[in-house]
Amino acid sequence: MLIKKPGDIKSFEITDRELYLNRRQFIQRVAGAALAAGMPGWNGVRAAAPEKIRLPETRKSAYSTGEPLNSLKDITTYNNFYEFGTDKYSPARLAKSLRTRPWMVKVSGEVKRPKTFDVDELIKLAPLEERIYRLRCVEAWSMVVPWVGYPIAELIKRVEPTGNAKYVEFTTLHDPEQMPGQRAALFGSLDWPYVEGLRMDEAMHPLAILGFGLYGEVLPNQNGAPVRIVVPWKYGFKSAKSIVSIRFVEKQPVNSWQKAAAHEYGFYSNVNPSVDHPRWSQATERRIGEFFKRKTLMFNGYTEQVARLYTGVDLRKYY
Amino acid sequence: MTPPVVSLALRWVATLDALTVRRVKAALFVLCLYPLASLMWLGFAGGLGADPVEFIRRSTGTWTLDFLIITLSITPLRRVTGWHWLVRLRRMFGLYAFFYAVIHVVTYFWLDQLFDLDAIWRDIVKRPLIAVGFLSFVLMIPLAATSTDRMVRRLGGRRWQQLHRAVYLVAIAGVVHFWWLVKIDYTRPLVYSAIIGALLLARVVRRAGASGPANAASQQAARAGRGGADRERGLAR
Repeated sequence: MLIKKPGDIKSFEITDRELYLNRRQFIQRVAGAALAAGMPGWNGVRAAAPEKIRLPETRKSAYSTGEPLNSLKDITTYNNFYEFGTDKYSPARLAKSLRTRPWMVKVSGEVKRPKTFDVDELIKLAPLEERIYRLRCVEAWSMVVPWVGYPIAELIKRVEPTGNAKYVEFTTLHDPEQMPGQRAALFGSLDWPYVEGLRMDEAMHPLAILGFGLYGEVLPNQNGAPVRIVVPWKYGFKSAKSIVSIRFVEKQPVNSWQKAAAHEYGFYSNVNPSVDHPRWSQATERRIGEFFKRKTLMFNGYTEQVARLYTGVDLRKYY
Repeated sequence: MTPPVVSLALRWVATLDALTVRRVKAALFVLCLYPLASLMWLGFAGGLGADPVEFIRRSTGTWTLDFLIITLSITPLRRVTGWHWLVRLRRMFGLYAFFYAVIHVVTYFWLDQLFDLDAIWRDIVKRPLIAVGFLSFVLMIPLAATSTDRMVRRLGGRRWQQLHRAVYLVAIAGVVHFWWLVKIDYTRPLVYSAIIGALLLARVVRRAGASGPANAASQQAARAGRGGADRERGLAR
């Protein structure tokens, strides 16, 4: 089922021949996979060659970690991006169908200067920096990723939030034509579009960035092109991808995973080794590329920078 | 109605001689190593993705369930087709389920928990996901241990059979383990549950049918011995 919002691109403009063929391939692959007793990626994991467009010169940042980076291949072939399937290998194959230009980001809500930005305009809003961050997934694996972007605060300052703006809500594109994972599922699916949220002071924190690239190049589609957020002290799912709307609101947004299973995923979702997921431990994690698990750090190792945001907050209750 | 060639072929399959069955079994033995060979090949070729440990664990987990399903299919399939030699493959499939379960559990014990038995025990006690998976595995151990001909003789057919009904619990616990693992997309656990559910239901239906008066004779035959029961059923059909 395809729900169209007013102002959407017409379907004949979207479904060009190449996409149509991609979809046929997808259906054939799914049929093949079903035959292979439902093994995800049973034929091994094929790396997609990401399109390489270099971003303008980026500044280094004191917020970057010196830890060894994960390879571009790991970062671009092992993704949780349910809009392109629920297993980690399918986004690399399926995200080709995402068209990242033209791309508009609507900034609205409790702001004095609401505006819809073209993503190319948004990129130039502030100087780009390289931010090498640890990324900790709620599934207990982690990576080190060299993102390119600038603090969300740069955008927030320019749109001048009103006194009522207590939270920021980020919404991912909703277009089942481009995002096969959003096509009608019989059961067990997130509600679309994907929504995430941050408290105002979290969004203003210099660690929280709008990401446009990684490894010095524009974001590959499977990593949330053309613009995403990166909030390194929270579990990965808090960092919404392929954003089309940034809304300033008074009430705490209900993020998608919280909506799906509130007892398992909270609004805050700060990385916290002492508060387990109800079904598995968060005390350790496997750094991709390593064989054995390592200890998970409080706030994913960013305690020094972010602990002040949560003084007096019961992190067991507000998980 | 059926072309004579087909019915001839079917009759031939139904009454395979011992040597042919042994050959079929040998061929299937090699085929069942395919998942392992494939994992090893992908491992050498760098095809296990960014998280090879997780890949190995997921695939050995699903292969364990696949082999449990194959094992549980043997008896219903034998009854439907009358190919009684199928039962001679059952032990092999069951042992393969155990084999892939061992790999599955070893990755957890070793790579996740570094053989820290304390931590493993705490994990099992605290997390139903781990507990139910571990239960499924532990229940398989006595079944694998008593799978030899000698053990069947030592236990006696009846007691052996009672013990080996634990495989139903193994399958149920295994599929529950699968459900609890999933974050939101329940498609695959649902498919596995449906298949295992159907295979167990086939047994329940049969039992219910067998306890009716009309089947008293066949029950008598079942008590007399498996071969007798099979012949009886063959006639009844």
